[in-house]
Amino acid sequence: MPNVAPAIVARGLAKRFGSTQALDGVSLSVEPGTILGMLGPNGAGKTTTVRILTTLLRPDAGEAFVAGVDVLRDPDAVRRSIGLAGQYAAVDELISGRENLTMVGRLFHLPRQEARRRADELLERFDLVDAADRPVKTYSGGMRRRLDLAASLIPNAPVLFLDEPTTGLDPRSRLELWGIIREQTDKGGTVLLTTQYLDEADQLADNIIVIDRGKVIASGSADELKDQVSNSRLDVTVAASSDFGAVARVVESYGNGTAHVDLARRLVSLAVVARPGLIQSLVRDLDALNIDVDNIHLRRPTLDDVFLTLTGEMAAGDDADNTSSEAAA
Amino acid sequence: MSVTAPAIAATSPAPSHSRLYWAIADTLVVARRHILHIPQTPEQLFSATLQPIMFILLFVYCLGGAINVPGISYVDFLMAGIFVQTIVMEGMTGAMGLATDLKRGIVDRFRTLPMSPVAVLAGPILADIVRNLIAIVVMVAMGLLVGFRPTAGPVEWLGAVGLLLLAGVTVSWIGTVVALIIRDPEAVQMMAFVVLLPLSFASSAFVPIESMPSWLQPVVRHQPVTVIVTTVRGLLIDQPIGSAGWQALAWSAAIIAVCLPVSVMLYRRVQAV
Repeated sequence: MPNVAPAIVARGLAKRFGSTQALDGVSLSVEPGTILGMLGPNGAGKTTTVRILTTLLRPDAGEAFVAGVDVLRDPDAVRRSIGLAGQYAAVDELISGRENLTMVGRLFHLPRQEARRRADELLERFDLVDAADRPVKTYSGGMRRRLDLAASLIPNAPVLFLDEPTTGLDPRSRLELWGIIREQTDKGGTVLLTTQYLDEADQLADNIIVIDRGKVIASGSADELKDQVSNSRLDVTVAASSDFGAVARVVESYGNGTAHVDLARRLVSLAVVARPGLIQSLVRDLDALNIDVDNIHLRRPTLDDVFLTLTGEMAAGDDADNTSSEAAA
Repeated sequence: MSVTAPAIAATSPAPSHSRLYWAIADTLVVARRHILHIPQTPEQLFSATLQPIMFILLFVYCLGGAINVPGISYVDFLMAGIFVQTIVMEGMTGAMGLATDLKRGIVDRFRTLPMSPVAVLAGPILADIVRNLIAIVVMVAMGLLVGFRPTAGPVEWLGAVGLLLLAGVTVSWIGTVVALIIRDPEAVQMMAFVVLLPLSFASSAFVPIESMPSWLQPVVRHQPVTVIVTTVRGLLIDQPIGSAGWQALAWSAAIIAVCLPVSVMLYRRVQAV
């Protein structure tokens, strides 16, 4: 047996709620010391997967191992190896932040002194020292999420599950949380993170799986996923008075599929295969039609492009007028 | 696949103590948390202290004059009723805490910890017992101030307080079942109000049963609140108890015998949803 077993393995997880097939054969594997980002729209099955892996829910079919332990056969042993921060801050409003953390430590069966010491350490790290002895109901939303994440770290467990940990946080708190999540893997910990924010997965995850309607529809590193969609995207911004139909036809001659036209932003875009001379050639073609060009941008696809291509839906949280809703490769 | 050694050692100590040890230790941790809630929630403080004081004053000075209890002063008659009524209504507090935890995802956090599942249910109930003890002390003090003159010796007091706490635990287990089914603290409170308040008024808690319509009397005479009140009253002011003591114990035993396993079953089923 290899010494380095995956920290998390799931094979063929299935779960049905009534008439809804929430999970339909989800498999995944996370190497120790890495972050797996689980991307998917609302209702895709992210939370259900996390609940199964954290012993909160039994699957109808499939098997799962966390830290080498069978989740279904020995959930108690799994509970000694995991931390979980859910979508909502599962903290007690009426007691102080410090009491919340020591309680979790005690229920993790740490000795009293150790529970106190870890609580102090995490309050410090999460910038909650000043508020430590106030009831949590006086905390801001960001402070509650930080406390919730701190509670999930009390066990100092080797495997951490974070279900949309930054939903509803302001940008500064998000960046702080990202830093803390990265620290986990620096220490050798393994993280499974679900998110609707593509940039979050792009920034944090070593590997990403995209899940939709209970199935894994793509997996790989962020770069691999971007390559999977297309090599490049071409964005052409033209004068408002231009004949957009003509521009689209020109752009389409450089790639496959139908160009996406966004009149409000005067933007025509399409997935293309980049090659030397593409931009000069495009400028000449547009010039021949007397079209005034403001900007031409040949770029790597973003995870948004990947996500939209794969799921065929608008990514949650994105602006309605986002580009490339019909991007195709 | 065979289980390979985990690449990173788990940090939680292996369970070096018995299941029972952790059940008790974890229950104490959870109960401590619910006890810490008491000073933080004015409603809880009110219902355990000011509310019984208010009831004592209203019944003794406003209603008492119109209620005739042959042979004894009204305040001596009333106090057992106030004790039981307060404890019956208080018994839902822990259940409301449990419902809040279920709703807010705190029970989910508990369930991902290697703690004893018993503690999730028993912790709030232990906190109820502590809250009831506070309420009993407050009520006894207030009763003495307005002329309550119990004849009970230490053994009778022990019996009365013991039975009151048992009654509290009984109601707590009913509340636990309700909380696990409806998982909403406001709904739990509503249930308590709609079921428990009539039960405590349609009893011998505040007026002699003989003053009620004859068709109602047989029901009232044997319902759990009455038999508990009769027993507590008998112990405190030396009145005949008859079979009420056994009936009180039988009611509690029967209710707990049903609600405890049902709670455990319902709690296990939380897992499946």
